[in-house]
Amino acid sequence: MDSAAANAGGASGALDGSRIIAAIKASGIEYVLSVPDIVTSAGLLRPIAEDNDLRLIRVCKEDECIGIASGLSYCDKRALILIQHTGFLDSINAIRGIAVEYKQPICMMIGLLQHDPELAPRASPRYGVRIVEPILDDMGITHHLISVDADVAKIKPAIDRAYAKSEPVALLIGRSPT
Amino acid sequence: MMKRDACFRILARHITDEAVVATYSSAVDWVEIAPRVLNYTSIGAMGLDSSHGLGLALGRPDKRVVVLQGDGSLLMNLGSLVTIAAVAPKNLVHLVAHNETYEANGGHPIPSPKVDFAALARAAGYAAVYDLADLDSFAQQVAHVLEQSGPVFATLHVEPSKPLTYDYPSLYDPAKRKAFKAAWQARS
Repeated sequence: MDSAAANAGGASGALDGSRIIAAIKASGIEYVLSVPDIVTSAGLLRPIAEDNDLRLIRVCKEDECIGIASGLSYCDKRALILIQHTGFLDSINAIRGIAVEYKQPICMMIGLLQHDPELAPRASPRYGVRIVEPILDDMGITHHLISVDADVAKIKPAIDRAYAKSEPVALLIGRSPT
Repeated sequence: MMKRDACFRILARHITDEAVVATYSSAVDWVEIAPRVLNYTSIGAMGLDSSHGLGLALGRPDKRVVVLQGDGSLLMNLGSLVTIAAVAPKNLVHLVAHNETYEANGGHPIPSPKVDFAALARAAGYAAVYDLADLDSFAQQVAHVLEQSGPVFATLHVEPSKPLTYDYPSLYDPAKRKAFKAAWQARS
C-alpha cells in the first residue's frame, strides 16, 4: 500500500489534469468508463471526453464499469474506471467478486469527494472518505494517493502492474486536478 | 410461455463461435445444453451479465456476443439498457429470460411480474427489440434475432423451471475463465 503518501496526506501543491491524462495514455488505456465525479469533472472527465485517443463510455451506475472492464480485459483491452468514492462504495460487491476473487485487472481512479487535500484520507473528518483506504486494505487492493503532481508518476507503474499481475488497483484522487 | 430449456435448445442450434454470457438459472440450463469453451459464466455480481457482455462486444467488434440474462438480474442493472443503447454495439444480442421470479434465490417473485422489459429496451434505444412468448415464434425468428445489427434485445417469456442444481464451483471455475480468454483472443 502507498502508506507514505497516505500518512503524509497531500502536500501543498497542485495537480495538473493534463499530466494525469498523459499518464493514462502512457499506460495503454483505451477506454475510460465513468460516472461523473465533481472532483475530477473539470480537470479529467471533460478533457477526456474531447480526447480522440481515449474512448469514453458513460455509464448509469458505477458497478457497470466493473463488468465492462472485465469484459474488455478478456480482449486484452485496457480500461480505466473514473468514479467518485461514493460510487466505489456502491460497487463493493462487484469489486469483491470480479476484481478480487476473480483476480481481474480492474483499474479504478477514484475522486475523494469533499476531501481536504492537506489531510491524509484516513484523517478526514468525512466518514465516507475516511473509510476508503481501510476498505481497500481489507480487500487487499493496492492503492495510491494522487494529490500533487509528483504523485502522477505512480499511475503508469500501478496500471502496468495491475495488468501484469491481473489484479485490481485504486488510484485515489485527493485534490481536484486543474 | 416457453420452457427455458426448450428455448435454449433451439438457440443452441444457431450458436457457432459467439461468446455466450450466462448466469444463474440461465447458465445452468445453457451449459447443460451447450457446453463449450466460449461460455462466459463468471459474472461475479448479480446483474452485471449485460455489462460483461458490453465489454466483450466492445473489445471484439468483429465477433458476436449473446447475453442470456434473467429478469431478476436485469432489474439489478436496468441502467445497463441505457448504457448499451448509447454505446450501440452492433455485435451484441441481449436475451432476457422473464420467468417472473428470482429462481436462483428461492423462487420468490420479482417486484412486478408485469414489467415490460421489451418496452424498456425500446425506450432506451436498442436497435431492434422482440417480445417472444411462443416457442414456434422463437424458432422462426431466432436466426434473424442473432444475425441482425445490434444492439438487439429480446424478452423470452418462460416458465419457472424444474428445480435446478447450481454447480457454482464449475460455473465460476478459474480454469474456464482462462480457457475462455484464450479461445476468445485466439480466433481471428
